[in-house]
Amino acid sequence: MAEAHPVGFQWVVEAKKRGATVIHVDPRYTRTSALADIHVPMRAGSDIAFLGALVNHVLSNELWFRDYVLAYTNASFLVREDFGDTEDLDGLFSGFDPEKRTYQTETWQYAGIDVGADEHGEEEKTTKYEQKGTGHQFGSGGAALDPGDAIRDLTLQHPRCIINVLKRHFARYTPEMVEEVCGVPADLFTKVADALTSNSGPDRTGAFVYSVGWTQHSVGVQYIRTAAILQLLLGNMGRPGGGIMAMRGHASIQGSTDIPTLYNLLPGYLPMPHALEHSTLQEYLHLNTPRGGFYGSMPAYLVSLLKAYWGEHAKPSNDFCFDYLPRLTGDHSSYPTVMAQIDGKCKGYFLLGENPAVGHANSKMQRLGLSNLDWLVIRDFSLIESATWWKDGPEIETGECRTEDIGTEVFFLPAAAHTEKAGSFTNTQRLLQWRHQAVEPQGDQRSDLWFIWHLGRLIRDKLAARQPDLGDASLDRPVLDLTWDSPTQGRYDDPDPEAVLREVNGWDAEGKAISGYTDLKDDGSTTCGCWIYCGVYADEVNQAARRKPGGEQDWVASQWGWAWPMNRRILYNRASADPEGRPWSQRKALVWWDETESKWTGGDVPDFAADKNPHYEPPPGAKAADAIGGADPFVMQTDGKGWLYVPSGLTDGPMPTHYEPHESPFRNSLYPQQSNPARQVFSRADNLSNPSPGESGNSDVFPFVVTTYRLTEHHTAGGMSRWLPYLAELQPAMFCEVSPELAQHRGLTHLGWATVVTARAAIEARVLVTERLAPLRVGGRVVHQVGLPYHFGPNGYVTGDAANELLGLALDPNVHIQESKVSSCDIRPGRRPRGPGLLRLVDDYRRRAGVTITTGDTAVTAPKADTTEATST
Amino acid sequence: MTTTSDVAARAGWDEHPPRMGFFTDTSVCIGCKACEVACKEWNGVPDDGYDLLGLSYDNTGSLSANTWRHVAFIEQSKPFGPQTTGIDEAPTGDRDEVRWLMSSDVCKHCTEAGCLDVCPTGALFRTEFGTVVVQQDICNGCGYCIPACPFGVIDRRESDGKAWKCTLCYDRIGEDQTPACAKACPTESIQYGPLDELRERAQGRLDQLVEAGHADAQLYLEDSADGVGGAGAFFLLLDKPEAYGLPPDPVVPTRDVRAMWRHAAAAAGVFAGLGVAAFVGRRR
Repeated sequence: MAEAHPVGFQWVVEAKKRGATVIHVDPRYTRTSALADIHVPMRAGSDIAFLGALVNHVLSNELWFRDYVLAYTNASFLVREDFGDTEDLDGLFSGFDPEKRTYQTETWQYAGIDVGADEHGEEEKTTKYEQKGTGHQFGSGGAALDPGDAIRDLTLQHPRCIINVLKRHFARYTPEMVEEVCGVPADLFTKVADALTSNSGPDRTGAFVYSVGWTQHSVGVQYIRTAAILQLLLGNMGRPGGGIMAMRGHASIQGSTDIPTLYNLLPGYLPMPHALEHSTLQEYLHLNTPRGGFYGSMPAYLVSLLKAYWGEHAKPSNDFCFDYLPRLTGDHSSYPTVMAQIDGKCKGYFLLGENPAVGHANSKMQRLGLSNLDWLVIRDFSLIESATWWKDGPEIETGECRTEDIGTEVFFLPAAAHTEKAGSFTNTQRLLQWRHQAVEPQGDQRSDLWFIWHLGRLIRDKLAARQPDLGDASLDRPVLDLTWDSPTQGRYDDPDPEAVLREVNGWDAEGKAISGYTDLKDDGSTTCGCWIYCGVYADEVNQAARRKPGGEQDWVASQWGWAWPMNRRILYNRASADPEGRPWSQRKALVWWDETESKWTGGDVPDFAADKNPHYEPPPGAKAADAIGGADPFVMQTDGKGWLYVPSGLTDGPMPTHYEPHESPFRNSLYPQQSNPARQVFSRADNLSNPSPGESGNSDVFPFVVTTYRLTEHHTAGGMSRWLPYLAELQPAMFCEVSPELAQHRGLTHLGWATVVTARAAIEARVLVTERLAPLRVGGRVVHQVGLPYHFGPNGYVTGDAANELLGLALDPNVHIQESKVSSCDIRPGRRPRGPGLLRLVDDYRRRAGVTITTGDTAVTAPKADTTEATST
Repeated sequence: MTTTSDVAARAGWDEHPPRMGFFTDTSVCIGCKACEVACKEWNGVPDDGYDLLGLSYDNTGSLSANTWRHVAFIEQSKPFGPQTTGIDEAPTGDRDEVRWLMSSDVCKHCTEAGCLDVCPTGALFRTEFGTVVVQQDICNGCGYCIPACPFGVIDRRESDGKAWKCTLCYDRIGEDQTPACAKACPTESIQYGPLDELRERAQGRLDQLVEAGHADAQLYLEDSADGVGGAGAFFLLLDKPEAYGLPPDPVVPTRDVRAMWRHAAAAAGVFAGLGVAAFVGRRR
């Protein structure tokens, strides 16, 4: 966190000064470790084994916060009788279809819920169209299920009670197993477990902070799920000082999922309609609206969004233009799109502040995709590699591509920097903070808002001129009917960003800014561009621009910026009070039920219906917020409970399970199943995999673990730092970090050169030998880890090979993120060959390792297929 | 601190604000180098070359005409106070604990400032805040100041031959603004304020750290009895100054100038006397 989020880390330092214990778990000793109380070096890719052992520690030592867990989680719900756990099925859950590489998830459901008769169920979605990887598409509310009939056992005695299912599932995650799998000594693990549990309970809370070190794995969603289970068991959710913080990768990346650049979501985490499932508004709402929880008001959110998009054209008679929304036809996420480019199906590409030619995994594949386009539009500050690959990219050097054969027409448009435009940033803590423009952009530099708005304007003009007569039947109507009327200002006719923010906020029938999403209607009388942002322009004031200093307000600091939803600083804060509505402790009081006033009150905006009595029980048939009981804090969930076990909504299991990374030098010590069976793999000649033990091929050729990361001094793929002298000089070269032991083992010298090799590529880097990296003992032998920053590329003031050349594409099945935090590799002294020699080197490795197109594509590992197969040398 | 530390009064400022300075608490430095960048941005200091130095994450190396804040990174095989890390449990032999010290160095704005003493043009002067600043429009590039600094801070810029160093953001503090480096520091490792207050705060922080188990924690250049009369920019270090590349017992080279001249005069007198005596003697 200190490395990649130094500004946010100030609060960790402040907490430490006040006595907090800071624990840092990381393969390397980093700038974060330097200030931590406990640093745990572990093998990259083994986090679920570590976190799972913490879960086991909490459960088996009865350290969980019983009153909290019983009341606020689904611990007492019963799982169906035909559910099969990984314990029983060699590392798989029940329902896996090896042909389709997906799970049929009905057996994961709560007992008492008849999936067959429940037309809201996820089952219908995933089987009907065999669409893979729909987890994220359900939005933050998870899948729509009706928990009304679920069977509970509040005595927690029933063996199929979720708490007991969890206990069995995590029983084998012991400190000894942590030592075996993670390379973390048992005594160090115990130290962490003690620190965490002694800092949780009515009087104390602990928080988790993670970033892409957790997400970028073939089982990344389940990493975070394990932390969620732990935090729920310890009562650390919805309470001050608790929670799980996702550090985001850039300014406003949180904003870019709230109002998404993701293909499968609409603003506010509403699912994007599917071409086959959602032909009408009724069908969409019927399938996606849960009965209970705040997503139960999805009709109001969606209709208000359609009104924001299409204004007066959106009417009840035409389903509020629901037909105008684009539809999904499959997985259109980033990597399948690149493959579609290579395969000639995707012909045009916009890159706005993105540098995939060095910044995305399997960079070569990215460049081959770019090379096969008709047109490419790039908006950036400098001539990044994604703008120049066609003349000086690595494939030109090796002779694989020739400039004259690349037909892509490249349009480079300079972008305005954050100082040259106004707008809001939404960061980790869901806080919108307004930035004012400091200076006018220079030359042809323009803001993204300017670009998109004027592009839309020009396209609309062209379409209007082209087809004046087709009327409502025109395919152009969705574009022509858009409300594209933002006022413009300044020398360059920049759309007024505050007007856009007001549109996002929405207004009522009189045109007045709405003050919160509970005022949204499904009858077309309100508009709202993103329901969770509703209220950011309450009282016709840009609430995001508030900057009242912390010293001039209370500790919640509710007048600094504006947090979605409803300016709430801590989500699910009903959980900061006990079921009766009293704070669990005075030390950790946040919101509570005021009996005399009959309302929720406290320091934060209560995340609960303000007048809902703690004893409220929903009447049968109650819907949306009314279906949430008075002691159910997790109001976005359809049952109001924190989910220790996920009955529906995940594609790769209802509970987290340790699987080895897609590429690993080790067999899975916990189960015969080697890696996540539902991970997305792409068996193609341009995406080869290193063999893992137990597979055909020789995994010993790639004996080391490699992980990639950022340095404080650079930003992502370097587009914002390699061209800035003041940053470039601070980390002026691509390097690899290795331990003294590995350096000696492989003959690497400090400041000399090393070549790192995988089945995809070989790159070179300067060597930094450091004791901050240490070998670990895993699976009874020593393993070395290689660290690689991923900021470099051939352009800019400071250059170097891109770490992403080395990485292949194996994706998490829920969110389609690549496993770029861990892979296997080899490292050797010296620079890499130039020209065709580079290809020969990689080919030689592939041959020695026995790599074929099918290497790594095994879904279900055959039990007993153990070590014997990996024999050749 | 009495007359000796009222450097502004000594320099002729009859009415002046309190002496301002930096307290750099290295125990919370996270090595982000925001101070280096903010300094260069505000003061228009040029880049210092793109060299990978291999000094841990330090690719700046030292303070110079083109680097007025320098973050040192020191990797040591010692425990970081009470910290636990599994590094020392590596399976392949003799490993100790590690710690990674980071420290942002800067001009010390000494009470007894050698650079100021030797400057023949008056380009270097003592401000009303007690800081030491170079005026490049007066500097003739003689370079006398360079060997006069016991810390190697001040330096001549190749492009213009003039002497450059930290001004403690003279143009900012005059407007009641915090110097750029302290403003940018996310963890309050660099603190700016009246020197007296900073010294008091530093002592409290030192006591805290020692109690927490940082046995080698110490203040550096806060003592007005040291060889530079105490500094306007002082530090809390977690190891001996040498570990950070700082002189353990810096002495301003001009401290003994008066005595040296006295001795030289005396010696000259003796030589003259001997010469006369010899002449007289020969005559005998």
